[in-house]
Amino acid sequence: MGYRAKFRVWRGNANTGALTSYEVDVNEGEVVLDVIHRIQATEAPDLAVRWNCKAGKCGSCSAEVNGIPKLMCMTRMNTFNPEDVVTVSPMRAFPVIRDLVTDVSYNYKKAQEVPVFEGPKDLAPGEYRMQQEDVARSQEFRKCIECFLCQNTCHVIRDHEENKKVFSGPRFLMRIAELDMHPLDTTDRKHMAQDDHGLGYCNITKCCTEVCPEHIKITDNALIPMKERVVDVKYDPVRWLGSTIKRRTS
Amino acid sequence: MERHSYDVVIIGAGGAGMRAAIEAREAGLSVALVSKSMFGKAHTVMAEGGIAAAMANMNSNDGWQVHFRDTMRGSKFHNNWRMAQLHAQESPMRVWELETYGALFDRTKEGKISQRNFGGHEYPRLAHVGDRTGLELIRTLQQRIVGLQQKDKKEFGEYEAKLRVFQECTITELMKDDSGVIAGAFGYWRETGDPIVFDAAAVVLATGGLGKSFKVTSNSWEGTGDGVGLALRAGGTLIDMEFVQFHPTGMVWPLSVKGILVTESVRGEGGVLTNSEGRRFMFDYIPDVFRDKYADTEAEADGWYTDPDNNRRPPELLPRDEVARAINSEVKAGRGSPHGGVFLDVSKRLDAETIKRRLPAMYHQFKELADVDITKEPMEVGPTCHYVMGGIEVEPETTATVGVPGLFAAGEVAAGMHGANRLGGNSLSDLLVFGKRAGAGAAAYINSLSTRPKLSDAAVKIAEQKTFAPLANGGNENPYTIHQELQQVMNDLVGIIRIGTELQDALTKLAELKVRMGKVGVAGGKEYNPGWHLVLDLENMHLVSTSIAKSAITREESRGGHTRDDFQEMDPKWRNKNVACFMADGDVQVKLKDLPMLPADLAALFEQSELKKYLSEEEYAQLPKEVA
Repeated sequence: MGYRAKFRVWRGNANTGALTSYEVDVNEGEVVLDVIHRIQATEAPDLAVRWNCKAGKCGSCSAEVNGIPKLMCMTRMNTFNPEDVVTVSPMRAFPVIRDLVTDVSYNYKKAQEVPVFEGPKDLAPGEYRMQQEDVARSQEFRKCIECFLCQNTCHVIRDHEENKKVFSGPRFLMRIAELDMHPLDTTDRKHMAQDDHGLGYCNITKCCTEVCPEHIKITDNALIPMKERVVDVKYDPVRWLGSTIKRRTS
Repeated sequence: MERHSYDVVIIGAGGAGMRAAIEAREAGLSVALVSKSMFGKAHTVMAEGGIAAAMANMNSNDGWQVHFRDTMRGSKFHNNWRMAQLHAQESPMRVWELETYGALFDRTKEGKISQRNFGGHEYPRLAHVGDRTGLELIRTLQQRIVGLQQKDKKEFGEYEAKLRVFQECTITELMKDDSGVIAGAFGYWRETGDPIVFDAAAVVLATGGLGKSFKVTSNSWEGTGDGVGLALRAGGTLIDMEFVQFHPTGMVWPLSVKGILVTESVRGEGGVLTNSEGRRFMFDYIPDVFRDKYADTEAEADGWYTDPDNNRRPPELLPRDEVARAINSEVKAGRGSPHGGVFLDVSKRLDAETIKRRLPAMYHQFKELADVDITKEPMEVGPTCHYVMGGIEVEPETTATVGVPGLFAAGEVAAGMHGANRLGGNSLSDLLVFGKRAGAGAAAYINSLSTRPKLSDAAVKIAEQKTFAPLANGGNENPYTIHQELQQVMNDLVGIIRIGTELQDALTKLAELKVRMGKVGVAGGKEYNPGWHLVLDLENMHLVSTSIAKSAITREESRGGHTRDDFQEMDPKWRNKNVACFMADGDVQVKLKDLPMLPADLAALFEQSELKKYLSEEEYAQLPKEVA
């Protein structure tokens, strides 16, 4: 069932660029990344593209296929008609480095700013005991392959560059939720989600959930419960008083 | 030119590199962690089944001695016994440590870490998270590194004051001082193409595997054998390069995903292998050395899943080399599946919900890439190049490479731990155990130095010229084409079944490719240019391929991941011989080295009848009386 597909691939750098047309062979069972690789091997050896595993496990080959944020390795060619023109462009929320490769350092910076897991001091390695139903919630979030498609699609970042300073995006708000729901984490993370990472900017339009290749229910299972916890803390007068006093003394 | 000074430079940010970085930083060193991919994307992420560690959470009979025994058997008694011992003893603590970093493994009813069955392991031993254990391991270590950076920020004001990750940065040469000790490394930034120089008193190689020299492989693009190439050129020794693991179950269809891994957990959870005649053919392939440990009827094999104490294991769970060869034979005999594999079916043993819970990644992989619903129908699978047991020769305790002071190696790039064949689950534990040892080894080495080695300008100049030379080449050979041809040669002539004459052909073809590699052209500039990157990687892939082919010609027997059609038997005379590769006169040379002999206390862990199957008569006669 091989055929010649029409592709338009964005080529360029931080300053300038345009869509370039290619006609290229497609074979049965192939994905967009196969076609990009064929363009590279036959027509454009310097075509820049990030990829690692080609199996949907590493989250490197994120791009926009016909304007939709996708992993190129998991986008099958049989989801298009042979006569369709397939347009592949870099993620829009991040600065372009070259061709399909973008500068995603924003995400690594945000990752550094989330305080890591802190277990109970009195438990030695080997003494951790947790029930499956208690770890399952955080385990869902730890399926994240850090493709950053949720970050790319979130309109708080995508349409408002200036928000990047104060908003960590769905991936890292989910990371805070993951730690908050970890049965043995000892850090209180509700204030930090709201005050340091901009949870309030999220207005739960679920765009992040829609593009997640791991099918994590980011909005329903991480962001909304986190918002509820923050509200509980903020509007419980006893807790409010307690945390205020604690913060003053420290 | 951008230049940095660190105590230690760690090349590779997969499991071994990250664990080494953690250890080195905790020992007080300043650390550069250099990764040619983005941070958190390394090939470790693709590990599925689990981490082998004798925590004895599922069966109290398990212990390091049992794990050690299984590892020795799996390796056909060809590994370095001391590495296997350290690995078996230390892996439980390395797994428990991960929990203190925040890892969330699947749990037992008592709230301990759950452990699953795997090929060659006597008891359920693999700590896991569904079938995405590698991702959990990578993310946990990555987050631990961030944690150490957060600590440094508190103390020194900057996250990267003492531990910095250099991502999308490729090291092309190791550099030594005038006395021959490691003094630094040279590389380039993938994004800009700009050069970067590291002054360092020690270097840890943790570059992983080399599967990209083969056409059908489960490896991601990074598996180009960089560490093997770097070590060879720096004067290091490789051993066991002929032992390449073909994982029995890779996807075979569609072609574009051929080789992608299908986790051994499918068989661990009860999946059976059948041929086109519907026969569970693995019963026909139980080798003599394992005959007393595996079921010989389907009834007994099926009974093992619920009553392991009174039934022997199903032969689907034989070590990987045995299963891969069996599948290869079935397909060659014309009993394969429509797309040239065999059938692997878990749908008859488990209900759909259980499959989706225990094997979620496999469910999605087949559904999304092949339109196959594994809860209802069998998968088609066949062997895929997965892992190399061989690599850089190291000292077991410190992972110091033999012959190059200041150079350490851990994880897949190092050799000795897995001998002729690696057991599933033993690689994640390997990279934790020896990654930690590499970090500690580098720290001890640096502390023992009275003066720091000094990098000469001349050494930097040579490395720079070599790295950037391809950009000025005006040749007309296409590097992508040469890479494909190299992969085809390795697949066809140095693959799962080898013959002396074909191996000679492979060397001839490799020599021809070498000539053509000198004529490659690079289009475009130095900014994020995959064509140029591939030219540099090709040199390493060519060295790797040559080393494998030369080692394979030398070993005239069949053992583990090395099968010779012209020498089909395992020969006890070869058991204690390592084929070693080194560079001389500009080419890979081969010599034989003796393996250290198993000491009496460890030999006593085996029945004498079993040792007799592996040891030569002279070796057997030398064993102390109480053992023999």
